[in-house]
Amino acid sequence: MASSFKNITTLLKKDILLEWRQQYTLYGILLYVASTIFIVYLSMGQPEATVWNGLFWVVQLFVCVNAMAKSFLQESRGRMLYYYTVSGATDYIISKLLFNALLMAVMTLVSILIFLLLLGNPVYYFGQFILISILGGVGLSLVFTFLAAIAAKAQQQAALMAIMGFPLIIPQLLLLGKIARQVFEPIVQAGFWQMILLLILLDCMIIVLAIILFPFLWKD
Amino acid sequence: MRKSWWKVLCLLLLFYTCIMGFLVKIPVLDGRLQQSIRNLYFHVPMWFCMQILFSISVVYSILRLRSQKQMHDIYAVEFARTGLIFGFLGITTGAIWANYQWGEPWSGDAKQNGAAIALLIYCAYFILRGSFQDTEKRSTISAVYNIFAFAMLFPTLWILPRMTESLHPGGQGSEGNPALNGKDLAPAMRAVFWPAVFGWMLLGLWIATLRIRLQTLKEKYAVFQ
Repeated sequence: MASSFKNITTLLKKDILLEWRQQYTLYGILLYVASTIFIVYLSMGQPEATVWNGLFWVVQLFVCVNAMAKSFLQESRGRMLYYYTVSGATDYIISKLLFNALLMAVMTLVSILIFLLLLGNPVYYFGQFILISILGGVGLSLVFTFLAAIAAKAQQQAALMAIMGFPLIIPQLLLLGKIARQVFEPIVQAGFWQMILLLILLDCMIIVLAIILFPFLWKD
Repeated sequence: MRKSWWKVLCLLLLFYTCIMGFLVKIPVLDGRLQQSIRNLYFHVPMWFCMQILFSISVVYSILRLRSQKQMHDIYAVEFARTGLIFGFLGITTGAIWANYQWGEPWSGDAKQNGAAIALLIYCAYFILRGSFQDTEKRSTISAVYNIFAFAMLFPTLWILPRMTESLHPGGQGSEGNPALNGKDLAPAMRAVFWPAVFGWMLLGLWIATLRIRLQTLKEKYAVFQ
C-alpha cells in the first residue's frame, strides 16, 4: 500500500514536471480554451442564463476532449513497458486520472474566468457554481482519460475519442446542466445536495471501472 | 441451446401475440389513443429484448477478459448486434406511433433521447471494433469498452428518466417508471403483453444463436483453409 502510494506520487510528479517543462502543450490547451470561448462570445454576445449554462458545458466538453486526447500518446511503447514493470498498471492509471483531473480542474477555473470576462455573469450562487464546475470537469476528465487509453490502442485516435465519448458523456452532461441551472436563480430548490452526491457517486464508479479494466488494456 | 422446444415456444408465443394483439378487446379510454395502444405488444417488448441482449453481451465480454477465449468474443459481439437491431426496431415502432399520437415522430422526450444514446453507444462499439486489424487485440479492447459503456449507460437509463417529466406512460417525474406504467394495464391486455415480451425475447436469443453458429463455422472454415 505504502509503495503504491509512493509510485502514484512519483508518477504524478513526473507528469506535472513534464507538463511544466514542455510548456507549449499547456499553453496550447489554454489558448484553445480562450479562443473557443472568444468564438462563442463573437457569435452569441452576452446570452441569458440558460444559454450561458448550455454553452459553458459544451465548451467544457470540447476542452476536455482536446486536453485528454494526448494523455497516452506522449510516451513511446518502450517507456510504457518500463512503467508497467516498475509501477504496475493500477498505479499508472490512478496517477493519470489524478493528473488529468487536476489539469481539467485548472482548465475549468480558467474557462469560468474567461466566461465571466466575455459573456457576463448571470450566476447567483457563485460558490456552488464553482463546486459543480470542478466536480463536472473532473467527471468529464475521468471518462475521457479512460477513453483516451482505449483510443490509444486503436488507429485514428482523435476521431474515435469523439465517437466513443460523446454518446457516453451525454447523460452526465444532462445531469450537470440540470444541477447547474439551479445556481442561476435566487430560489434554492430541494434535492440540490442529493444531485451533487449522485455526481460524486458517478465519478467514484468511473474510477473503480477504470482501475478494474485498465490492466486488461495494458496487457498486450 | 440446440434443443428445439424453446424455438417452438417462441413461434407459438409470437403467433399468439400477432393474432391476439390485434383481436383482444382493449378498453377505449378516450378518443385519442383508440386502437393504437396495440403498439404496446410490439414496441415495448423491443426494449425488453434490447436490454436483455446487451446484458448477455456484457456478461460474455466479462467472460472474455477472464478466460481469454476467442469464442466469448463472438458471443458478445453477436448478442450486441442483435440487441442493436431490436433497439432500431424499437425506435422505429415508437416513432411511427408517436407521429400519430404526439404529432411528430421525434419530440425530444427523455426516454427517446435515452434510447438514441444507447444506439449511438453501441454503434460506436462496432466502429471501435472496425478500427483493429488484429483479432486478439480487437476482442480484448472492445470487451473493455463494452463493459465500460454498459456500466455508464444502464444506470443512467434507469435513473435519468425518473428525474424528468415524460410523454411516455409512467412519466410523472420521480414517481415514474423508466419503461412503462404496468399498474393501469387492463387484465386482458396484460395477458397478451407478457407472452409478447417472452416471445420476442426468445426470438432475439434465437437470432443471436443462429448468428453465433454462423460466425463460428466461418471461423473454423477460415482456419481449415
